[in-house]
Amino acid sequence: MALSREQIAQRVAQEIQDGFYVNLGIGIPTLVANYLPDDIEVMLQSENGLLGMGQFPTEDEIDADLINAGKQTVTVAKGASFFDSAESFAMIRGGHVDLTVLGAFEVDVNGNIASYMIPGKLIKGMGGAMDLVAGAENIIVTMTHASKHGQSKLLKQCSLPLTGKGCIKKVLTDLAFIEIKEGKFHLLERAPGVSVEEIKRLTEGELVVSDNVPEMQF
Amino acid sequence: MAGFDKVVSSYEQAMAGLEDNMTVIAGGFGLCGIPENLISEIKRRGTKGLTVVSNNCGVDDFGLGVLLPGRQIKKIIASYVGENAEFERQMMANELKVELTPQGTLAEKMRAGGAGIPAFFTATGYGTPVAEGKEERQFDGRHYILEEAIKGDFAIVKAWKADRYGNLIFRKTARNFNPLAATAGKITVVEVEEIVEPGDLDPDQIHTPGIYVNRIILGSFEKRIEQRTVRCAK
Repeated sequence: MALSREQIAQRVAQEIQDGFYVNLGIGIPTLVANYLPDDIEVMLQSENGLLGMGQFPTEDEIDADLINAGKQTVTVAKGASFFDSAESFAMIRGGHVDLTVLGAFEVDVNGNIASYMIPGKLIKGMGGAMDLVAGAENIIVTMTHASKHGQSKLLKQCSLPLTGKGCIKKVLTDLAFIEIKEGKFHLLERAPGVSVEEIKRLTEGELVVSDNVPEMQF
Repeated sequence: MAGFDKVVSSYEQAMAGLEDNMTVIAGGFGLCGIPENLISEIKRRGTKGLTVVSNNCGVDDFGLGVLLPGRQIKKIIASYVGENAEFERQMMANELKVELTPQGTLAEKMRAGGAGIPAFFTATGYGTPVAEGKEERQFDGRHYILEEAIKGDFAIVKAWKADRYGNLIFRKTARNFNPLAATAGKITVVEVEEIVEPGDLDPDQIHTPGIYVNRIILGSFEKRIEQRTVRCAK
């Protein structure tokens, strides 16, 4: 069965190591924070100027001066720091963030990502996404594998305006965990109960499949 | 003689000299740390044809969004412009020019503008619509694009505390673009929640030194919250 949003977040959380500085994008990536193991220390970076983001506040703790990049009210974790936007993106562009997790509309076999604009429809802007994909060595894109109408989002070539070129190496969808290298998608893991055939059918770009593709473990 | 005393007593004085077709750089992220009363003053003055540089453009009835119904903004340079119906309408009708700029590039453009750096290379936006028409260069095998600095005729800034000399302290994530905007205005106007005497702020704790600041005004703030998210108290 396809993974739920929560299960996608849960699987991403397994990639986070003790001592990691992590930037989580809006949507499914935000949910990753709910599944961090208790026995590791992780600092969440919020690109509006906070390193060490804590949980949502109680009613009493709400502070209009303390929000995350999704403009939600938050709190700070122990050891947090505040800084301005140039400093924040120095961390991001300078490659100091260990892992970035963000959503997308499309990715392709060359590691291109489209996530910010559907011409004629959705024009809201890229926010920090272009800096995040340009700056991070280690990025996981989370998205559904195909549209509701069964159209693949893992393409030979992105059709929408790009957010970044040649910068994506890992994609976790509701069906599969995929690595991008040498101009091909490589199937690393499949969602429990999802067949290789189904993943192949819903992947437009070339998909390399080994003899035995393991199911994801939760 | 006023010396270094930069405090003004009215919003009219604070924005004196703002004229049609000027460029205004504004601090703030979403509705957090925005110079809300300085924006209201621009609305009151009815100044038109402005180029506004800000990460966002407020919401329909708060923040920079209040300048839209009177068509006061000609062009906006921003990274994210959702959450605003009138904005979308003006953009789709080509009444408003929008230059979408990646958030980190926008911050660096302001920083560079204030620091006397005319342009800089960044990997952000390479191979995307943002790179169109811009010079490209490789360093160590990676592609970069040339982005130009931004300076404003005015910068409007919200800080937490100031002393009379314009030394500023920001609070929590309301800092965001404010210290960068403060450096990049020919005239930098700052509204604050508290003004203290010179010497009252610890020099080690000052985020923006007064040299960047021209005018200070004491304000009171609504501080509207865009996404009120809470957890249950246990």
